[in-house]
Amino acid sequence: MLQPRLATNRWLQLSAIGAIGFLAVWTSAALSGLTSRDFLPTPWDVLQRFMHLVREPFSGATLGMHLLSSLQRFGMGFGLAALVGVPLGLLMARFRWLDRLVTPAFEAVRFVAPIAWVPFAALWFGTGIGGPVLIIFMGAFPPVLINTYRGARQVDLKYIEAAQMLGASHWRAMTQVMLPATVPSIVAGLRISAGLGWQSLVGAELIVASSGVGYLMVKGQAAISTATVMSGMLAIGVVGVIIDAALRRVQLTIETRRGL
Amino acid sequence: MKVASGQPWWRALLTTALALAGALAAWQLLTATWGVISPARFPPPLEAYGALRQIVLDGYSNGRLHDHVLRSVVLVTMGFVVASAAGVALGLAMGASRVVEAVANPVFLLLRPIPPLAWIPLAIVWLGLGDAAKMMVIFMAAFVPSVINSYTGVRQIERPIFEAAAMLDARGVRYWREVLVPGALPSIFTGLRLSLQASWTTLVAAELVGAIAGLGTILNQAAQDIYPGMIVVGMASVALCGWIMTQGLGWIERRAMPWRVVH
Repeated sequence: MLQPRLATNRWLQLSAIGAIGFLAVWTSAALSGLTSRDFLPTPWDVLQRFMHLVREPFSGATLGMHLLSSLQRFGMGFGLAALVGVPLGLLMARFRWLDRLVTPAFEAVRFVAPIAWVPFAALWFGTGIGGPVLIIFMGAFPPVLINTYRGARQVDLKYIEAAQMLGASHWRAMTQVMLPATVPSIVAGLRISAGLGWQSLVGAELIVASSGVGYLMVKGQAAISTATVMSGMLAIGVVGVIIDAALRRVQLTIETRRGL
Repeated sequence: MKVASGQPWWRALLTTALALAGALAAWQLLTATWGVISPARFPPPLEAYGALRQIVLDGYSNGRLHDHVLRSVVLVTMGFVVASAAGVALGLAMGASRVVEAVANPVFLLLRPIPPLAWIPLAIVWLGLGDAAKMMVIFMAAFVPSVINSYTGVRQIERPIFEAAAMLDARGVRYWREVLVPGALPSIFTGLRLSLQASWTTLVAAELVGAIAGLGTILNQAAQDIYPGMIVVGMASVALCGWIMTQGLGWIERRAMPWRVVH
């Protein structure tokens, strides 16, 4: 039988046991002397290293500066994906010939993992801003396009026809009827895109970048400083959660406003 | 995105053939004939074909194409099977038991937001550039999605099914085999598909960062040699292998759930 919910107290107790157990195993493995502390630091070491990285620069910048340049790249790649994906999705939903033209190419390219664009990204745009942005774009683009397209296809044709009968141009029918009706689907797509884009960013920075959190982790790896690598993972995880939470808020606001 | 149904198969085939021919012609014209795109940036069709011949017949970056493909595919399959077996088991247990859920939750909250690719540097520090590091990375990539989806799968089973199972006194192994697993199966497979994709991407990335053989090393070597033809061959191989594995998983999915019509 599906078990009933646990009482909050019991739940917290058990969660605490899980968390403490995990930290205890980790700490005792680190302190056991089987490996060096550089190789397997304690959780406390990682936190200390994290605070240290926040204050002192490592491989050219503090953690905050690295994060900033990561976020800048992410913003550009993600913004570009939205800027291209939303209009293209709407147009594809409206014009069958465009749909037929773009879809096969899109389906073929989609199967190339974003990370496999690394060589061309480096060759075409270099390792500064352009290269990583291409990889983020490749990760973030498909969900926006697919969701916009699917959402726009679900808009009842009656509304568009009614608008056109009342004299609305193609442009107005698309921007004032189709687009507003598609917004919830677009936002849902953007949320998936942001997640995939953030993941691709990490991959991009591991290989083609000279700043950013991924780069910091590579430098930590080269210095065999596990604590630095783990600090980077922590920063990436936290920022990823914040981005998702922000977009989730936007999504919820829009959905409640529309009574969905 | 869906090709209009209802047209005869030969029309669909003809459209596809025409589209392919058109794409090939455009590729040839843009790169070689008119030179709009410099061959140093994107290879003309003949150069890509030459690169393909070279890697299939003579080899490139420590092996011929089938060596690289085999190595990557075997690694992903092994890592994926191990990780998803463990992940599905944990997910089902978390779905079935509130106690397991409560205990495992904190660790899971910590691991979940870390992107699979972020495990690569850690794997290299701990295990070096060999297969062990690749397995670790693939495991991390495949584990999380299979846990989450198995867990939600159990939670989505409808109440009357549990009530019927209780009434028929299904317990122990039978309860798992005939109620929990089949009920969660659609969601489990969603998780497996995500896991497979994540582990493939992550392996390619890990091989790009450092490896002796594998599809990622083709890309890495081609990037260093500035050999656009080989880059295209590498990317196409990554895409094709990923596609074939996804299709294979889809085939298993249809076999595993014959009662369900999959679109």
